[in-house]
Amino acid sequence: MTGNTGSGAAAPVLRLEDVSRVHGRGAAEVHALRGVDLEVHPGELVAVMGPSGSGKSTLLTLAGGLDTPTSGRVLVEGRPLGDLSRKRLAAVRRRAVGYVFQDYNLIPALTAAENISLPRELDGASARAARREALAALEELGLADLADRFPDEMSGGQQQRVAIARALIGDRRLVLADEPTGALDSTTGEAVLAVLRARCDAGAAAMMVTHEARHAAWADRVVFLRDGSVVDEAGAAPAESLLAGAARDGSGPVGR
Amino acid sequence: MSIRHGLLALLDQGPRYGYQLRSEFEARTGATWPLNVGQVYTTLGRLERDGLVEPSGEDDEGHVFYAVTEKGRAELRSWFGSPVSRDDPPRDELAIKLAMAVTVPGVDVREVVQAQRRHSIRALQDCTRLKARAMAEGAADSDGDLAWLLVLDQMIFRTEAEVRWLDHCESRLARHRPAAAAAPAATGPRAEPGPEPEPEPHGSFRRRGTRPRRA
Ligand SMILES: Nc1ncnc2c1ncn2[C@@H]1O[C@H](COP(=O)(O)OP(=O)(O)OP(=O)(O)O)[C@@H](O)[C@H]1O
Ligand SMILES: [Mg+2]
Repeated sequence: MTGNTGSGAAAPVLRLEDVSRVHGRGAAEVHALRGVDLEVHPGELVAVMGPSGSGKSTLLTLAGGLDTPTSGRVLVEGRPLGDLSRKRLAAVRRRAVGYVFQDYNLIPALTAAENISLPRELDGASARAARREALAALEELGLADLADRFPDEMSGGQQQRVAIARALIGDRRLVLADEPTGALDSTTGEAVLAVLRARCDAGAAAMMVTHEARHAAWADRVVFLRDGSVVDEAGAAPAESLLAGAARDGSGPVGR
Repeated sequence: MSIRHGLLALLDQGPRYGYQLRSEFEARTGATWPLNVGQVYTTLGRLERDGLVEPSGEDDEGHVFYAVTEKGRAELRSWFGSPVSRDDPPRDELAIKLAMAVTVPGVDVREVVQAQRRHSIRALQDCTRLKARAMAEGAADSDGDLAWLLVLDQMIFRTEAEVRWLDHCESRLARHRPAAAAAPAATGPRAEPGPEPEPEPHGSFRRRGTRPRRA
């Protein structure tokens, strides 16, 4: 199955159907997510905003198949994650989904370049090809000089960008990023958003959690979460403009 | 916005005539502050009266050029050297609206906040698209385009500040609801208008002394 299945030009890369997630039981029960419906299409960048504890990370982990919903379904490229064997799910996570964790999750014993190339190598790419891709990704994020540093030899912001590079390497159709700019200063953060935006303009779908409206504004749509529910959305619903091929060439509703 | 100082800064780079000043000013600020040429000439007249600029000849087409004087240069340096005054903040309609919303019964303040947030985010998205385009066109290569980027950034940061303030208002409101039950409400703030919330102390507000202040 590929990202461009002819007829359904705007088939969502990610689809959440009435997804809920409850942690704990009885008195300790926490409704982290309540009946969320959401789609992210190719070419679309969606930002998720909301107060601390509103369910943003929960939403992302469910979308990335790192957690399973209590009820409802999550589909990536049309495949319900719940129907996949563990092995197939792992393959989807490695190949189709790039994930930037809120706390980076870099492997301390590997250099920046190794951290980034690991998923490609696990996927059967040759070590040389994987390293080449990793170096290109580092370059794109302004970290060309840090390829052979270990995580504990980098600043927090540099580690964060390595984590982003790792999520972008290869042909990721879905990029999920949990506060990818939290440790970055304003111009570096902006550069990261520009990279993410470019990925989406090239056809990827991305969903990003952020507390900063300035960064959310790079998205086509902003979803507001409160107490586990989507309470509002800002930005044009892109389906029609995508179909018309006018998504981001300046002829959209707010282009000029 | 000081048109006076804006024009002085342009003239500091060499003599210019009215139309030139107008188009350069707009190019730098991305027509954020559209000027009409009448304003430019009025301002030039005052600058000349105050000895900060002087006429410096005409070209074949009869354009009158102006040049900055030594006094004008000193004025410009002092402008760059001093912070912009915050003494006189513009009356902010949004602040007034929220201040009123929390005191008028039956107004869904959360919806007021959210409607504004939605609007502000859209404005941010518009600015960001303009910025992304400017960045993609390699705007940092020319000084004029860099100036435009900086102005866009300023609009973006201002709007972001408004959104952050709205976020803050919302969480303050959520906390402010008088606790009806002993247990903390796990479901978050209710949508229906509850008992009239008391406004936070703020500038010109005078507290009504009818309800004891909670610790
Ligand atoms: N493993 C867990 N067990 C119990 N409760 C959990 C668990 N994970 C998350 N929660 C709860 O679910 C709710 C949503 O958490 P989540 O991490 O999605 O919030 P968030 O919006 O990402 O917040 P933040 O902005 O602070 O990162 C919170 O109330 C949290 O305490
Ligand atoms: Mg989180």
